[in-house]
Amino acid sequence: MNAHSRLKITLLQVLVMVVFLLAWHITTTTWLFAEPKKMQFFFSTPIDVIARTWKQFAGGEIWYHLGITLTETVLAFVLGATGGVLCGFIFARKELLAAVFDPYIKAANALPRVVLAPIFALWFGLGIWSKVALGFTLVFFIVFFAVYQGVREVSQTVLANARMLGMNERQLMRHVYWPAAMTWMFSSLHTSVGFALVGAVVGEYLGSSAGLGYKIHEAESVFDVTGVFSGMLILTIFVLILDTIVTMIENRLLVWRPGQASTSANG
Amino acid sequence: MQETAAVADIRAAASAAVALSGIDITFNLKDGGRYQAVKDISVSVADGEFVAVVGPTGCGKSTLLNAAAGLLRPSAGAVGILGEPLSGLNLRAGYLFQLDALMPWKTALQNVAVALEPQGVPAGEAEERARDWLARVGLRAFTDRYPHMLSGGQKKRVALAQVLIRDPKILLMDEPFGPLDAQTRQIMGNLLLDLWSKDRKAVMFVTHDLEEAISLSDRVVVMSAGPAATIVGDYRVSLKRPRDIADIRLDRDFHDIHRQIWQTLKVEVQRAYAAGEGKDMA
Repeated sequence: MNAHSRLKITLLQVLVMVVFLLAWHITTTTWLFAEPKKMQFFFSTPIDVIARTWKQFAGGEIWYHLGITLTETVLAFVLGATGGVLCGFIFARKELLAAVFDPYIKAANALPRVVLAPIFALWFGLGIWSKVALGFTLVFFIVFFAVYQGVREVSQTVLANARMLGMNERQLMRHVYWPAAMTWMFSSLHTSVGFALVGAVVGEYLGSSAGLGYKIHEAESVFDVTGVFSGMLILTIFVLILDTIVTMIENRLLVWRPGQASTSANG
Repeated sequence: MQETAAVADIRAAASAAVALSGIDITFNLKDGGRYQAVKDISVSVADGEFVAVVGPTGCGKSTLLNAAAGLLRPSAGAVGILGEPLSGLNLRAGYLFQLDALMPWKTALQNVAVALEPQGVPAGEAEERARDWLARVGLRAFTDRYPHMLSGGQKKRVALAQVLIRDPKILLMDEPFGPLDAQTRQIMGNLLLDLWSKDRKAVMFVTHDLEEAISLSDRVVVMSAGPAATIVGDYRVSLKRPRDIADIRLDRDFHDIHRQIWQTLKVEVQRAYAAGEGKDMA
């Protein structure tokens, strides 16, 4: 992509945002559709939302809630990914185990995890661990299936070659199966980090005393639309930052993957 | 007992690096049928001898090579390696695959160095020797590249270094230069001959390219078209060494031996083509 079209796209992207904010502003501050007061009750105004968001960051209180949500997300991701990698790995290497547990894993994965949230609240209380548990159930299966598939589909040629080099089972693990598993774990990184956050926020939303989900829920319960939108804005910024970090980690760890190096060279 | 007779043959041919005797290889197909790929093949490779195995596509050349590598157990017959009956993988041999066999998550250097780990060579020394081997195959400047950053020929060079660093007594090669373009094949052929001439390992080189087979080897073994492929010709190539793969093809003796072998191979290629028509042979 050349610089000219790149600039053009950026400008157009900004234009889309400006048009959206203007439309929002006009509909909620003029008599175009209805009385502005009524419109603002339902939709707030962009200036109010931005002002509230600014105030939240400036006031400092939001950092505490962000910290809680971040902690839950990271814990859910680390525990879920660790469990997923280990189980996926073991199942991929033990045919019998995989065959026996296959229907149960499918059944567990088919269950909408949100219904578990109240049970987790009951088991783990209203603190962070019930949210971590919810995020765990989401992350675990994504990583599990990715790693399971990845390890089973290791190139037969690479494997045969490693064997012909005289590698024993432990060395095959270390040099072939494990890197293959990690590759697949990282390829599911974006999805699984996203789901870890979903687990945390939904968990907070359904019952907690801290976190971004709690803030949004709190605003909703008093019909504070500005507060809800501001919470959503903060959540979006948070996700974007998290995603950027994940992309950076991915580019760093998967340098050997075709396309990865050239992408970062272009960018 | 056919089995013990075969073993006795191996004992007799103790000087042979690879001795395949009475090899049958039959696959059980998914649909319940059976496919006999190779039937009653006996062939041996003497120590220091470069033997090329040619045959039409799908004739079971690679299958036979896999039997010599221990990657595949023959349905009947015996495999002798340096006078010992083979059980399990043939770790005294280095195997060069047709397809990419490098670990994509390791750099060229790591791929070569890791080949020494099973022998218990300390990591530092392994890296040192790997560096040396990469230089020998002309990749001094590419040690830190990952396989996807290397060309097809460069990947083959890494694979060659990975196999040779272990210093195997035997080299098994399965159309290793098959996926490369014509010029690169010649360069790789010359590199292989150059490296081979230093210590003359026993080589079993499978290819469907007769010119490549003749220009590299001391002996060309011709296999018939499958199923139930057998050996239909065994020719000595007494062209002088050292050879240059490109130049030797212009040699008159080269043409004579080529014509002679092609008489046999042509029949098999036509048979394979006729049999393959209408059904796709894997």
